[in-house]
Amino acid sequence: MSRIAQTFEALRTQGRRALIPYVTAGDPQPDVTVPLMHAMVEAGVDVIELGVPFSDPMADGPVIQQACERALEHHVSLARVLEMVATFRKTNTTTPVVLMGYLNPIEVMGYAAFAEAAARAGVDGVLTVDLPPEEGHDLVVAMKDRDIDPIFLLAPTSTPARIARICELASGFVYYVSLKGVTGSAALDVDAVARKVAEIKTVTALPVGVGFGIRDADSAAAVARVADAVVVGSALVRRIADNVNDETSIRREVCGLLAAMRRAMDGP
Amino acid sequence: MQNPNQRIDWSAFPDANGHFGPYGGRFVAETLMEAIDELTAAYARYVGDPEFLAELDADLAHYVGRPSPLYFAERLTRELGGAQVWLKREDLNHTGAHKVNNTIGQALLAKRMGKTRIIAETGAGQHGVATATVAARLGLECVVYMGAEDVQRQAPNVYRMKLLGATVVPVTSGSRTLKDALNEAMRDWVTNVDDTFYIIGTVAGPHPYPAMVRDFQAIIGREARAQCLERTGRLPDALVACVGGGSNAIGLFHPFLADATVAMYGVEAAGYGLETGKHSAPLNAGRPGVLHGNRTYLMEDMDGQIIETHSISAGLDYPGVGPEHAWLKDIGRAQYVAVTDDEAMAAFHRLTRCEGIIPALESSHAVAFAMKHAPTLAQDAIMIVNLSGRGDKDINTVARIEGITL
Repeated sequence: MSRIAQTFEALRTQGRRALIPYVTAGDPQPDVTVPLMHAMVEAGVDVIELGVPFSDPMADGPVIQQACERALEHHVSLARVLEMVATFRKTNTTTPVVLMGYLNPIEVMGYAAFAEAAARAGVDGVLTVDLPPEEGHDLVVAMKDRDIDPIFLLAPTSTPARIARICELASGFVYYVSLKGVTGSAALDVDAVARKVAEIKTVTALPVGVGFGIRDADSAAAVARVADAVVVGSALVRRIADNVNDETSIRREVCGLLAAMRRAMDGP
Repeated sequence: MQNPNQRIDWSAFPDANGHFGPYGGRFVAETLMEAIDELTAAYARYVGDPEFLAELDADLAHYVGRPSPLYFAERLTRELGGAQVWLKREDLNHTGAHKVNNTIGQALLAKRMGKTRIIAETGAGQHGVATATVAARLGLECVVYMGAEDVQRQAPNVYRMKLLGATVVPVTSGSRTLKDALNEAMRDWVTNVDDTFYIIGTVAGPHPYPAMVRDFQAIIGREARAQCLERTGRLPDALVACVGGGSNAIGLFHPFLADATVAMYGVEAAGYGLETGKHSAPLNAGRPGVLHGNRTYLMEDMDGQIIETHSISAGLDYPGVGPEHAWLKDIGRAQYVAVTDDEAMAAFHRLTRCEGIIPALESSHAVAFAMKHAPTLAQDAIMIVNLSGRGDKDINTVARIEGITL
């Protein structure tokens, strides 16, 4: 069983939901990332999503675009991100790490070489934002050969046929994007999310994570009532942006929000 | 020369998923797939609909002013002393470039799909103007994304778009140029997917855009083929067109693909020179990758990050290229060459003085290659150069480079 599956299984038996933070690797500079990952684990997260910086993050709003730009000023490449994961793994062998990014850096490295390097570094899942199932076959095979879970997005506009097709390829969990738009968009309709998650659950036994629009403890708790995992990204990255020159404040702010979300999600 | 590709069934490309060999496809987030499926279905339905095609043809005739002339550049031909140079005069279209062939088609499609809001990206502003123009005519809301850098460089076109009622949004992310405008338009589309139609200006992006834009631009090649046969009694020996994204080039080339004797030359922007790295020539000096929804040749660094490009011509200043060109290059059906800023400027002046036609700086790249290539061909050879746009929009740029204050 993969580290991701084990994590969700353990949470299920405890009756808890997964808290999944997203940060862009190397934002605001490379040394911050690994200590921040450890600190987030201490704050109570279950899976870490690590963004791979890309020059043209088409599906991201301004907050994560700027995080990519900050990281790219330090030339944080895919290879460098894998080094960060390997460093994290030296002292943490239990928390799953999912890379989230765009296809082109993986194309350049080569699918098989990437899958091998990612597995060696201790990566558990890969979400390639601009790779729909229609184009995903070769990379999915390369990843599954190395026991890496391919994570796919589902959208409010995904038809039942598409949901079925995507869930067939996916493993680990599926990630439901809760609204039309880019990362960091506003307004979350929990009832609509609940309906779509229920629809997805009729098709797959995979855990369903929900992201986009989750910004505080209340919205995290609300989503935790209807989904298996709560993904929070822009709200954390915004706190990094507000404290770019102060690593201690970054950890305090990011982990403070995550701890509050954790308490709200686990509370009665 | 024996053409090894003459048995290819050109009508079979792209395949159902938008692939030209290994290129093209649909590399977008799941949030856009439904919109792209909807567009694909609508396009498939209307591309064969007689009523739609009749409306398109009528607009092309009476609003755009087609057919555009195929003009024999007699004086230039005599000066060059080689092949006959014929110019396909897309510069004479309404709005001054080939771009409108495509925006007319996509806007009619948007109307039939019930979309009330049009978005577009633009670099030099020609596609933005052509989009704002058809949006005004059809009474549709129009938002144009333009790199903040380009908004500065292309002030007259920004004002033109505003006059036409469009909202121009300067894009300040990334390199603040065309590629970033495209990213931002995609973000708008994903957010407003219910009522919004995204008119992409070139033969790039996710399927069906490369095929759809090609089909709308192929009027250029269909006309040129018929005009050449009528005027000279035979097919041309060579076609020449500039390539940024490559819509005017594929529009000219596509109807000739099965004509094995017709050589095709796509001319990329070599900027300060291919050896300097400061250029916009992915087919000459890039490598395959994935950007903006399709797999194609890209300008990228060793980590797969997209790098900044340079060309004197804002319309060619783009790090990718249409996937069909990538495929035509690999299979050898078309040749892709590059000319520098300086060569394009020289061609701009020479055509202006020799034929009384001021070419766009984009088109000047094609003219520059034609000037180099025509003298190497026999005098009875026929070369068609796509004069994709007029150069009025570029006079400020040219004057500034030459130290002239207007």
